[in-house]
Amino acid sequence: MLRFLARRFALTIPVLLGVATLVFSLIHLIPGDPAQAMLGDSASPQDVAELRTRLGLDRPLVEQYARFLGGAVRGDLGRSLRTNQPVTSAIVERMPATIELAAAAMLVAVAFAMPLGIAAAVWRGTAVDHGATTLSLLGISIPNFWLGPLLAIIFSIELGWLPVSGRGTWASLILPAVSLGAALAAILARMTRATLLEELREQYVLAARARGASRARAVVRHAFRNSLIPVITLIGLQFGAVLTGAVITETIFAWPGIGRLLIQSIGFRDYPLVQGCILLIAVTYVGMNLLTDLMYGLVDPRIRYE
Amino acid sequence: MSKVGATIVFVAVVAALFGPAVARFDPSAQELARRLDGPSATHWFGLDELGRDILSRVLAGARISLLVGIVVVSISSVVGTILGSIAGYSGGTIDETISRVIDILLAFPGLLLAIALVAVLGPNLTNVVFALSLMGWVGYARLVRGQVLRAREFEFVQAARALGAATPRILAKHVIPTALPAVTVQATLGMGGAILAEAALSFLGLGVQPPTPSWGTMLNAGRTHLLDAPHLTIFPGLAIAFLVLGFNFLGDGLRDALDPVTRRRT
Repeated sequence: MLRFLARRFALTIPVLLGVATLVFSLIHLIPGDPAQAMLGDSASPQDVAELRTRLGLDRPLVEQYARFLGGAVRGDLGRSLRTNQPVTSAIVERMPATIELAAAAMLVAVAFAMPLGIAAAVWRGTAVDHGATTLSLLGISIPNFWLGPLLAIIFSIELGWLPVSGRGTWASLILPAVSLGAALAAILARMTRATLLEELREQYVLAARARGASRARAVVRHAFRNSLIPVITLIGLQFGAVLTGAVITETIFAWPGIGRLLIQSIGFRDYPLVQGCILLIAVTYVGMNLLTDLMYGLVDPRIRYE
Repeated sequence: MSKVGATIVFVAVVAALFGPAVARFDPSAQELARRLDGPSATHWFGLDELGRDILSRVLAGARISLLVGIVVVSISSVVGTILGSIAGYSGGTIDETISRVIDILLAFPGLLLAIALVAVLGPNLTNVVFALSLMGWVGYARLVRGQVLRAREFEFVQAARALGAATPRILAKHVIPTALPAVTVQATLGMGGAILAEAALSFLGLGVQPPTPSWGTMLNAGRTHLLDAPHLTIFPGLAIAFLVLGFNFLGDGLRDALDPVTRRRT
């Protein structure tokens, strides 16, 4: 087990290094002088030179890279150009809102997907299955930047049941969570259906039925439990999609999280903050994938010995 | 369902090709006095915040969406297929290098890298296509690499090698064709993904810039008029959802048709 853990951690290090390198390169991909681009055309040459020095852009590239990596390891990602606040603290301030939204979206997704996937598998080939499959494909096809406003039109504007934007109460979490979780629910429902169908064909389900277990018990207590492993893995792997979706959902619902911070920073050309948000989201995603991998290894010993 | 998908895609392609020519209004023509008017017999989808005909703009936007989808999927699938087959067939250092690059790019969730790239390169259609292609080839490369790893052990491939055929010929004539069905399915589903991604970037103000009609840009403009003119949001969104649904139906159908295992399961 220790060897498995060590190998998985070791595989993550070059990926993290690659991610950091790509994020570092972003600022150097800006056409022309990055400092000029950040301050705009009207900035004076002194201001541009000052910013270049402040960001270390006048240093050799290797030194800039080393400083960036060193800073990232220590959690020092520089300061926001607009507010002068340390990037790390600006991100940490927004993190609870994004975690809250992502967790709620995943909860919504699981709550919708499981019954839908089970119903589709149990009543395979019937109208229930076709309905569930069509609903799943709709969920994948409807963009969250359309679903969000659509839900707001119905539940906030027409019915007046829920707040249209902002964060504070439980009610304000519902629309962003549903709009962010819908696509994940659709993917999970399809996966639940497919894996449950596989399990329902297994001999042990037939054996359970032969021993007198009801159909519902055979499905829920036996087949469904075993079909959960790939579904749980998918939930972990889809965390990245939820984080990216949060960028859009937070923008729609004025949700004060990291995604909204990222889009605002892009608007203000606050590139240190842009780099910080991108790095944090990517590292969180890598971490979640690693965790999913480790969990999978814990649950299924065959993975450990691959 | 694949027939429904094919029909939706066909209708969208016809609308994109001929729609703007037969549309009753210029997508840029403004009728400021009637701005935000709802759907009517003259303007079926209503008018936008500048009094432009939304139906004409949705039809013009179809061109942008399909164009982005086709270009991004073409670049991604060709680059991904070439690099994936080279990695899978060569093995060793070449495979390691390409696989590590794939791992690093896959470490960026979904649209994030595209958002970052367009943010630094500047928001326009070319940069959107570049960013989405840079993100898109990875999926194809990983898929093709897996297929090639399997295919290189086939007897007919080993026979070609034994007969002295050059590697590029073996790849082009014998190995890559075995991966093409999977690539076709991925490309069909990828069209929907690329269209969604372009619309998302444009929605965030990072894609196609106004006044060029794009479904994402139209949705973004509709956000400020949710209360007084929801039709600004409803019609471009419906167009995106239908076209993406069409490609997803088609991709699903193709996968079932080309993969006997999936066909048996479902």
